[in-house]
Amino acid sequence: MASGTIKIKAKAEGGVAEVKALISHPMDLPRKDKTTGQEIPAHFIQELVAELNGKPVMTALWSGGVSKNPYLAFKVKANAGDTIKLTWKDNKGESDSAEEKIS
Amino acid sequence: MSIQRRTILKGALAGSAIGIAVSAGLLTPQRVLAAWPKDAFEAKAVDDALKALNLGAPAASPDITVKAPDIAENGAVVPVTVETSLKDVESITLVAEKNPVPLIASFDMTPATEGFISTRIKMGATQDVRAIVKAGGKVYEAKKEVKVTIGGCGG
Repeated sequence: MASGTIKIKAKAEGGVAEVKALISHPMDLPRKDKTTGQEIPAHFIQELVAELNGKPVMTALWSGGVSKNPYLAFKVKANAGDTIKLTWKDNKGESDSAEEKIS
Repeated sequence: MSIQRRTILKGALAGSAIGIAVSAGLLTPQRVLAAWPKDAFEAKAVDDALKALNLGAPAASPDITVKAPDIAENGAVVPVTVETSLKDVESITLVAEKNPVPLIASFDMTPATEGFISTRIKMGATQDVRAIVKAGGKVYEAKKEVKVTIGGCGG
């Protein structure tokens, strides 16, 4: 289990919170390294679940077509003090989660 | 004899605890992995990927906005924002036909979320970024052309 890979910022205004997240992850598509010729296997986040106060509100399904160190923003009906939690899992079975109080 | 019995009992207890954790959804990774639609992500054509996600034959909609740069100097990092005023948004899906894996991302939305997604994607060549939105049981789309100077799929 990875840790500390997710940074969340969430701010509510008028009953809607914009959640912004940055995740540290290589998001590798299978390919050959240009200089060494070494095969680089696929390594990317497949699924990211967002929970609001413990209840799932959004699920993102990804391919390796999402950029390295993924950025994601979405909007959820929520207020300051609510808790948003993000959990990701990649194709190698690694995962991480983090939560943040909406300000 | 009694030691063996204890071991068996312990084993049974541990087993059932895991079973309860799984059924209660506490072990999210297993649940998470099962939901990833392999067929859709392995499809080489956009139409096949969309069919696999039950998003066939989307209709063009003026109620969806796709924001992306006109020219992306670096195809490895192309910011894309999709916003829609459509009601009851069930999913927002991003595809790029000329990418080795055309299906980039699919977001399953709920009544708790607004019709808004912003992310950064890789683009292998100049092409349209298509956003497919399922709302109220119907499938809509909008697109935006992005000229790519250096492709972003080789690494």
